[in-house]
Amino acid sequence: MNILVLVKRVPATDSQIKVAADGKRYDPAGVEHVLNPYDEYAVEQALQLQAARGGEVTVLTVGGADAQKDLRTCLAMGADKAVLLEPDKAFDSKSLCDALAAKVRELGPELVLCGMKAVDDDDAQVPARLATLLGWSCLTDATALDLAEDGSFTGQRDIEGGKESVAGRLPAVISCNKGLNEPRYPNLKGIMAAKKKPLEQGAIALEEPGAVVEGLTPPPARPAPTILGQGVDAIPALIDKLKNEAKAL
Amino acid sequence: MSNVLVFVEQREGRVKKASLEALTLARTLASSLGGAVHAVLVGDGVAGLAAEAARYGAAKVWTAEGAGLARYSGDGYAQALAKAVEASSPALVLVAHTAMGKDLAPRAAALTGSGLVSDAVEVRVEGGTVHATKPVFAGKAYKRCAMTTNPAFVSLRPNSVTATEEAGAGEAAALDVPAGDFLTVVKDILAASGDKVPLQEANVVVSGGRGLKGPEHFHLIEDLAAAFGAGVAAVGASRAVVDAGWRPHSEQVGQTGKVVSPTLYFAIGISGAIQHLAGMSTSKYIVAINKDPEAPIFKVANYGIVGDAFEVVPKLCEAIRAAVQH
Ligand SMILES: Cc1cc2nc3c(=O)[nH]c(=O)nc-3n(C[C@H](O)[C@H](O)[C@H](O)COP(=O)(O)OP(=O)(O)OC[C@H]3O[C@@H](n4cnc5c(N)ncnc54)[C@H](O)[C@@H]3O)c2cc1C
Ligand SMILES: Nc1ncnc2c1ncn2[C@@H]1O[C@H](COP(=O)(O)O)[C@@H](O)[C@H]1O
Repeated sequence: MNILVLVKRVPATDSQIKVAADGKRYDPAGVEHVLNPYDEYAVEQALQLQAARGGEVTVLTVGGADAQKDLRTCLAMGADKAVLLEPDKAFDSKSLCDALAAKVRELGPELVLCGMKAVDDDDAQVPARLATLLGWSCLTDATALDLAEDGSFTGQRDIEGGKESVAGRLPAVISCNKGLNEPRYPNLKGIMAAKKKPLEQGAIALEEPGAVVEGLTPPPARPAPTILGQGVDAIPALIDKLKNEAKAL
Repeated sequence: MSNVLVFVEQREGRVKKASLEALTLARTLASSLGGAVHAVLVGDGVAGLAAEAARYGAAKVWTAEGAGLARYSGDGYAQALAKAVEASSPALVLVAHTAMGKDLAPRAAALTGSGLVSDAVEVRVEGGTVHATKPVFAGKAYKRCAMTTNPAFVSLRPNSVTATEEAGAGEAAALDVPAGDFLTVVKDILAASGDKVPLQEANVVVSGGRGLKGPEHFHLIEDLAAAFGAGVAAVGASRAVVDAGWRPHSEQVGQTGKVVSPTLYFAIGISGAIQHLAGMSTSKYIVAINKDPEAPIFKVANYGIVGDAFEVVPKLCEAIRAAVQH
């Protein structure tokens, strides 16, 4: 079974985000970038499925040349080959998926694995959009996955107050949430092997986005914090605030 | 041509509060666009819920009903929503950003060739164009977008708007039900705990962190949640305590957990790492209890108590219980 894993390079979750001079993007200067944490679950799931039933694992990203680094990380984890497609313009999930669907068809995997969301825009759109454009089955936010020999699968996802179990069949797009597996760390052997694995570079032409960024701003300021006091003595003041200011009691 | 269509989510015959919030917002947006609020209900035997959509302003309520739609199917519901889009020609489609909504909205947007801003906290109409703002980078920035497609899709973060009633005409209309045999279907709902209020829907969330020292002390957090009375407060946790196995991942709040936006959020023994803030920084009021006065959580807390959770929380439980019973 051939598996395609979609990955994205994103700012590390603890990085400071500063707005760039154009007021629309973040300033990447001095920001550490990493493989999107949710994509680690996707790569791990692909490698476990490959170990069980063979086939090839390809990782693909649409991004800048520096994303090679993250693709090499995936190769070091054990993926077989990587594809880097540089976009010709800024994109949103719509324009990305509209172009990516054709590329997925061309590569012809039976299964596409994604992260649940990319932690830059926190969009969580690509997996379900792509599956819809392909006319494929789709499980989003998987915390469990059981894929049978005949290509049918059941999986689980969190819902409000519980979980739901979802059934589908290949071909499919599945997005991976924390809980699905424990991603491996690349070891030295993997890192050495990754240097010799194929990393194909190309370009992808995109249409105009469905949502155009007008501005990126710092979050609205929260009201000035108030320390009400020390220990149990502060409780009456808190109750007063909760009653009369927050009106939460 | 300038209607606002709201997908009204129901589970087991109950309309989600977040959908009533979406209807409430839709009223303002529809009047700016010079159109009406339309609602769509999808499921089996859901026509009876139309009255509720009407109470919150729907001029027209579309229903897509059929045995095949009794349980959620991502592709099945997306087809039904796309049919409603065809029927009501909206300029904007609003979906609550719930577990169902975040799966459904991108699918329906793809079927109708629409742009989507997901998890938005603000939607406006200016000069006939829909603009939506959403937190990005885990809440470290807000991104404002102009929508270029007609319709435009927005999924709205629960608790971004207060639901209020204002009756609409509620004219009922049925949609052709998409033929069954869907690609992906929900087989089963496994409820974590029948009577407890879900984390994402609770008015009050009480979260505990590593400061509680061990799972055996989490009853402090549960007691405080219970002090608010039945069905009000839910228990949350930091990743540190989930990774340590003290609490299930379903309770984790933050970047790799749930995003919550309650009226009141308690962070107890939680340092306030940026990844935790990602999941709760849009809460209306934040209370922090931490013994370290320098803990970053105090920078976002409306109200802070510097102190030992083991001393403060039991007394706070008593005080809350007394205040609630009043
Ligand atoms: C990719 C990534 C994703 C992440 N996702 C998440 C996420 O979704 N959610 C999340 O929460 N974290 C997440 N984290 C982890 C995050 O960085 C922090 O490590 C975590 O939030 C810390 O949990 P904590 O506040 O419980 O523990 P600590 O940081 O150890 O803080 C414990 C706090 O308790 C206080 N304390 C100690 N004793 C007492 C006492 N007796 N009474 C009162 N206070 C006391 C201490 O002063 C301290 O402030 C993520 C990290 C990464 C790298
Ligand atoms: N530019 C991209 N290139 C490749 N895969 C992507 C890209 N953006 C998103 N994805 C995939 O889609 C998932 C969800 O991303 P998003 O919908 O952007 O939150 C990510 O975890 C990736 O698996």
